[in-house]
Amino acid sequence: MAGSTLASPSAEAAAPAQQRAPTFSPTREAWRRFRRHKLAVISAFILGLMVLAILIGPLIWRIPINQIDFAATLQGPSWKHPFGTDDLGQDLLARMLYGGRISLAVGLAAMFVAIFVGTIIGAIAGMSRGWVGSALMWLTDLFLSLPQLPLLLLVIYLFRDTLKGTFGPEGGTFILIVIVIGGLRWMPVARLVRAQFLSLREKEFVEAARALGASKVRQVVRHILPNALGPVIVAGTIDVAAAIIAESTLSFLGLGFPPDIPTWGRLLFDAKDNLDFAPHWALFPGAAIFLTVLTINFIGDGLRDALDPRRVL
Amino acid sequence: MKEHELRALIDNVKDGKLTRRSFVNRMLALGLTAPMASQMLDFCGVARADTKFNYKPTKRGGGGALRLLWWQAPTLLNPHFATGTKDQDASRIFYEPLAGWDSDGNLVAALAAEIPSRENGGLAADGKSVTWKLKQGVKWHDGKPFTADDVVFNWEFSSDPETATVTSGSYKDVKVEKVDDFTVRILFDKPTPFWADAFVGTAGMIIPKHLFVDYKGAKSREAPTNLKPVGTGAFKFVDFKPGDMVRAEAFADYHIPNQPYFDTLEMKGGGDAVSAARAVLQTGEYDYAWNMQVEDAILKRLETGGKGEVHVVPGGNIEFIQLNSTDPWTEVDGERSSIKTKHPAFSDPAVRQAMMLLVDRKSVEDHIYGRTGVATANFLNNPERFNSKNTKYEFSVAKANELLDKAGWKKGADGIREKGGVKLKFVYQTSINAPRQKNQAIVKQAAQQAGIDLELKSVVASVFFSSDVANPDTYPKFYADIQMYTTTMSQPDPDRFMNQYCSWEVATKDNKWQGRNSSRFRNGEYDKLYKEAQGELDPVKRAALFIRMNDIVVGPENGTIIPVVYRPRAHSRSKTLRADVSGWDNDTWALARWYREA
Repeated sequence: MAGSTLASPSAEAAAPAQQRAPTFSPTREAWRRFRRHKLAVISAFILGLMVLAILIGPLIWRIPINQIDFAATLQGPSWKHPFGTDDLGQDLLARMLYGGRISLAVGLAAMFVAIFVGTIIGAIAGMSRGWVGSALMWLTDLFLSLPQLPLLLLVIYLFRDTLKGTFGPEGGTFILIVIVIGGLRWMPVARLVRAQFLSLREKEFVEAARALGASKVRQVVRHILPNALGPVIVAGTIDVAAAIIAESTLSFLGLGFPPDIPTWGRLLFDAKDNLDFAPHWALFPGAAIFLTVLTINFIGDGLRDALDPRRVL
Repeated sequence: MKEHELRALIDNVKDGKLTRRSFVNRMLALGLTAPMASQMLDFCGVARADTKFNYKPTKRGGGGALRLLWWQAPTLLNPHFATGTKDQDASRIFYEPLAGWDSDGNLVAALAAEIPSRENGGLAADGKSVTWKLKQGVKWHDGKPFTADDVVFNWEFSSDPETATVTSGSYKDVKVEKVDDFTVRILFDKPTPFWADAFVGTAGMIIPKHLFVDYKGAKSREAPTNLKPVGTGAFKFVDFKPGDMVRAEAFADYHIPNQPYFDTLEMKGGGDAVSAARAVLQTGEYDYAWNMQVEDAILKRLETGGKGEVHVVPGGNIEFIQLNSTDPWTEVDGERSSIKTKHPAFSDPAVRQAMMLLVDRKSVEDHIYGRTGVATANFLNNPERFNSKNTKYEFSVAKANELLDKAGWKKGADGIREKGGVKLKFVYQTSINAPRQKNQAIVKQAAQQAGIDLELKSVVASVFFSSDVANPDTYPKFYADIQMYTTTMSQPDPDRFMNQYCSWEVATKDNKWQGRNSSRFRNGEYDKLYKEAQGELDPVKRAALFIRMNDIVVGPENGTIIPVVYRPRAHSRSKTLRADVSGWDNDTWALARWYREA
């Protein structure tokens, strides 16, 4: 066996040098690696700024989102309306701040749903050696082959009224959209997780844990999952972007939020007819979606670098 | 103006002391005009003027291609199955009725040799029959002659319940008989003031007997000619891709000399109203685009492109808001909005009146519709003689607040009024269409100031306007408190238009929501007036009856209807195109006469 052969003298000589390098906790090590990805750091900063603006912005910028002012329709950016106004004279900054909460919340919540479901299914499929794993992968393939839009429409028609009755029009729609978008995007995550599990569960450190009597759950949670998370996080960041865009699609079809709730996708949709003479109306929400998606992707990229134990930085 | 004064004027026209046109103008000035006035003259036996369209080309063809853009694409080409104007308009390229309506609401003969009148013996004095003389020498596109048999066949085809046509409303209550090869007679079982329905205008297009005779009844939908029409029109069929494109070419044997001017025609379908407007007004890719449901501000900006212009023709279409008379949130015998229920809030007239005060129609006109929508207090706006002068509209949040206070609706902690456990929280639905969403926003803001909370809902137009029984979001189901859409008036007579408030027309589960009364308005007096108007042969009295009906549906005591804007028909066309478009008929009703001028 390779492990029983004696290490070469040169390798032994190198060993003390490694010991001399400072050791960090895994979290600190990850942060150190993340910091080296410049774009990721800048992205995290910009995204943090946007989240902050959305959270506290409406407390400072107090113009109501639905205040109609026919004297000020389609105005470009000014001190009074930093982002300009739409065709009813409503202040776009106020609307974007409000809509940003919904768009970002939908994106993040849908991502968590997708990662949660995907990880569980992928983990079960990856750990089981019998028919359960194959059955779950068939299920995954089944979901992948489902036509998403018709299914969305069906689910929304079936459950919309019940949820609206329970959680109110905004809350109900939010839950529905998050579940529907998340519930239809977990499949790539499940496949990634299963692939990782299949290779990791045969690794020596897992074998060692098993030999020491670790339960299946402990093997998964303590040993396999942390090592499998890198690709999952990247897949998750892409899902955020997809969810924001999917929410816009649903609003466009009239199945998302009520038309007076200015999510970013909705603002963009409303602006499209006026693109040639009021470009500011489309540019700001467009830029917001663009920035969010881009920064989240960079952050995901940085996180993968940071969390991949095999990568040397 | 009193009835006898009117009659004196009509006598003057008869004697030649007053021209027909000046009579019409005087009626217009009185607020009772064009189509109605000319029908009054017809009734009193005054010969009608020929409508003239200035058609300049002196030979058939030579005009090249005519490119039309319909942003809803036609899906079939049989006028008896046409759902919506898109299919009717496309069918009208190939098929013609006996007569069509011009923009003043006058009948213009197409396949008829003349318009029936009292003088030529076409109209019976008792109002129970009409005799049409058909034009001779008309050929179908396949060369077969057009005769009275074809006309009678259309009646049999459409009135057969098995065939399930959408035009059956115009045919099922009449009898049609062939007098000779070129004469048909329509018999009514009671005096009928509005006789020009069967074989006229949008519902009147005639299909050939020899190609459809084997497809009457249950097999009707299988006829190959449903997709490959053979008609009598100025253009004959070349190619049809449902949902996309209709192609046609000039018919060499068309029955009117020197027409059509264009050699080929294509009707492209699909897209949306704004891109259609852009393709005609700004880029000039198309010559004509139909139904400009676009904010006027956008149209004006596109017009600066200089390639085309927006034209507006009067019609009877109206954008209006319905307040549900029934409770949309309680299910009774498998349906919501059942007439066995009462709306918890709108059953109080004060709430309805407050809603009427909270719709800022002037702003909707000024800031959304512009030329394409005029603020109005009336449901029935055109022809002028039917337009009520008794109504007015007002926008006042203060008055609405006062009314609600007086009626005992108190504001709760959340700022929403309530009384006896009923909150003034309503769902307000409409189709997805930018002007409508803006309209919703304007109403919502005003309602908020009056302590009424509106939840806005928008539904894709193809669902909202579909007749899908399984879908809860269609307008006939009306599973909401408030809804808004445009209802079209396809004839210059309110007979069909005003039956949408008759109690027997209510859309219910029993009639698969096919009834025309989607608002569930029910009123005994209205029903009585409507029945009276159906048998009233005197056009002046009849107009008065319809005005009274209008006043009931929009009135403060019983009304549940809030008219918003009256919408003349707007279309975009190339600056060089000369088109004869009528608000009372299909846009394509007179394609044969369209031409181009440099």
